[in-house]
Amino acid sequence: MSDMVLMKGNEAIAEAAIKAGCRHYFGYPITPQTEVAAYMSKRMPKIGGTFLQAESEVAAINMVIGVASTGKRVMTSSSSPGISLKSEGISYLAGCDLPALVVNVQRGGPGLGGIQPSQSDYWQAVKGGSHGDFHNIVLAPASVQEMASLTVKGFELADKYRMVSMILADGTMGQMMEPVSLDIESTFNVEKPWAVTGTKGERKHNIVNSLFLQPEELEKKNFERFERYKLVEANEAMYEEYLMDDAEICVVAFGITSRVAKNAINEARKQGIKAGLIRPITLWPFPKAALYNAADKCKAFISVEMNMGQMIEDVELSIRCKKPVHLCCRTGGMIPAPEQVLAKIIEVNEKEA
Amino acid sequence: MATVNMLFAGFGGQGILFAGKFLAYKGLIEGKQVSWLPSYGPEMRGGTANCSVILSDAPIGSPIVDKPDVLIAMNLPSLDKYEDAVVPGGKIFVDSTLIGRKVNRTDVEVFYVPASGLANEKNLRTLANMIITGKVIKEVSEIGNDNLETALNKVISARHQDMLKFNLDALNIGAQL
Amino acid sequence: MAIVFEKPKALTDAVLHYCPGCTHGIIHRLVAEVIDELGIEGKTIGVAPVGCSVMAYNYFTVDFVQAAHGRAPAVATGVKRSDPDNIVFTYQGDGDLAAIGTAETVHAAARRENITVIFVNNAIYGMTGGQMAPTTLPGQVTQTSPYGRDVSTVGYPVKVCELLSNVDGAAYLERVAVNNVKNIRNAKKAIKKAFQNQIDGKGFSLIEVLSTCPTNWGMSPEKALTWLEDNMIPYYPLGVYKDITAEKEAE
Repeated sequence: MSDMVLMKGNEAIAEAAIKAGCRHYFGYPITPQTEVAAYMSKRMPKIGGTFLQAESEVAAINMVIGVASTGKRVMTSSSSPGISLKSEGISYLAGCDLPALVVNVQRGGPGLGGIQPSQSDYWQAVKGGSHGDFHNIVLAPASVQEMASLTVKGFELADKYRMVSMILADGTMGQMMEPVSLDIESTFNVEKPWAVTGTKGERKHNIVNSLFLQPEELEKKNFERFERYKLVEANEAMYEEYLMDDAEICVVAFGITSRVAKNAINEARKQGIKAGLIRPITLWPFPKAALYNAADKCKAFISVEMNMGQMIEDVELSIRCKKPVHLCCRTGGMIPAPEQVLAKIIEVNEKEA
Repeated sequence: MATVNMLFAGFGGQGILFAGKFLAYKGLIEGKQVSWLPSYGPEMRGGTANCSVILSDAPIGSPIVDKPDVLIAMNLPSLDKYEDAVVPGGKIFVDSTLIGRKVNRTDVEVFYVPASGLANEKNLRTLANMIITGKVIKEVSEIGNDNLETALNKVISARHQDMLKFNLDALNIGAQL
Repeated sequence: MAIVFEKPKALTDAVLHYCPGCTHGIIHRLVAEVIDELGIEGKTIGVAPVGCSVMAYNYFTVDFVQAAHGRAPAVATGVKRSDPDNIVFTYQGDGDLAAIGTAETVHAAARRENITVIFVNNAIYGMTGGQMAPTTLPGQVTQTSPYGRDVSTVGYPVKVCELLSNVDGAAYLERVAVNNVKNIRNAKKAIKKAFQNQIDGKGFSLIEVLSTCPTNWGMSPEKALTWLEDNMIPYYPLGVYKDITAEKEAE
């Protein structure tokens, strides 16, 4: 236990990023993720890194583009309204095939919304969230330890596939403290011959660009990009199964709601209901196969979300509507209580008998 | 112990989050599963603040304590808000200097601790939180009495090491009530 | 045979896509000559804007990043912070720099970001077909100010050098023009100083280059040069607006 420290999720992300070799952070204050910036402002100057509080979220993501263009690991973090502002830059990162890490510690929306935790940016995150044909890799931590480990993983996947990795957390995950081991490092590194580092007179100039005025050329680029996305879908989907061996009711939940769901499932089991959990860890790629297989064994699914029902569509698509899918949700910054999830499990269990 | 769900609540500035963090660190040192979840936002600046602390032998599901086994209420709005949420048989600790009324529930154990008054009296003005925490440690046997100084060392920043002794004093005062 | 004139090494062989008579070609050349003369081709990184010069990356032999509209100074900030030994410049038009990218411009200056900004002001949005720019002159007719810019409803042009001269972080600001040989020579001197400043670590240097847009102004290239002289220079006086290196010498 000696290497465990008690840390906020936001701080764990920041320290893990440093462990992963990130030396450039650009951000803008917004609740509930500001601890990431505050932590970076303390640490970066001491390790020769860059912390820069930008004039806007838009500027911050474009500074990220600048560093990413040079081939170095770089990140920014924000919360929902700020991510909307960054979405322009996220599209450019995708269009230029630049790797970067973007953290969204979600709060309730739409608009300025509130500052309490939410998962209502699910669609924005997994569908690209900005203009054009593209995806981001979306990672959904459910503990402070995962806030750290998925940050490292996010940098590695971003480099491997030249994509944006997004950590899709929420206010609870960002603010809570849990024991975390930061004895982690990134062992994965790739060459980046495309980076703008100065030609040194030794090579043709590199151009980082998303502009292709000839439609044939742009289409080719997009086809190539989606070939890469296929590899990501085939190789990188991550999920956790909890009590799924004999489960008849499959609860699907990510992040903080998966923890609430576990409490409810434990209680349901005590009452003799065979409930289990599939927790997507990657939201894109979505663990479609795991859900599809569960559809053969389970009689019904329950999607537990802190939004009006967004992931439920991916659940339905994954199981090809073979079994009924029910929604159990709160929104606006409210977190479902275990009792609410339990009541839904009981209701669905009776209804789908 | 199986699991203790604690809710610390009071005004911003009373050290609510600090007291919770102290017990969470104590649990961590003792190899327990712990979680600490603060309320956040404008209430940090003088409104109501609270934090959920869970100590457990088993992995912790939801870190949100909405049905506390132990409620520490350091102002009246907090008692008003959370009194009914406490599980039957749970414990409520009331800062009786700041809260004039009695607890209405009869199915819980109540401890009236004049923490703020004692803090003033003993010249430990900012440490009512730790006086009441001293009492909590004494009355909630699952928490245990060990590693107080080690845990304090973890939560008191290097800059404020001179506060360590005063924090220990405050815990002791609470423990002797 | 002695060579008296050749293409700068920092320019590629690509044929420029600019309209006949457009002064972008001259400005590209000046930047390339400066890169050659300072011997920094191998460590220079350009940031291209959105606008007519969006494809500047095709014309220079140096590494390039193409930025979103107005964001070039933020992208350049990232590139420069990543490797401060490299020389980083942005090349931006008036819509890009003085409208949609005002915040990025002002704050890069305020941070004294050690970059060089080449700001091409031709008082119009060229690439989209001649709309009113933040720098369009009062009374000037454009596609979106068909009755002439009416300052009572759309406000006044933004004078970038004057504006930035009040920003403490700005190190060197000069307005030049490329409408005649004398002005072109001055423009080159200013551009060279703006790059030299970066090499010397002096911080944010911006050169505003008054330019023409014969196509969208609806004039012959020759008439456009005269129009610049008669209309733009009186409104946007040439000269040094700030120079911390001169201030230090004066002290």
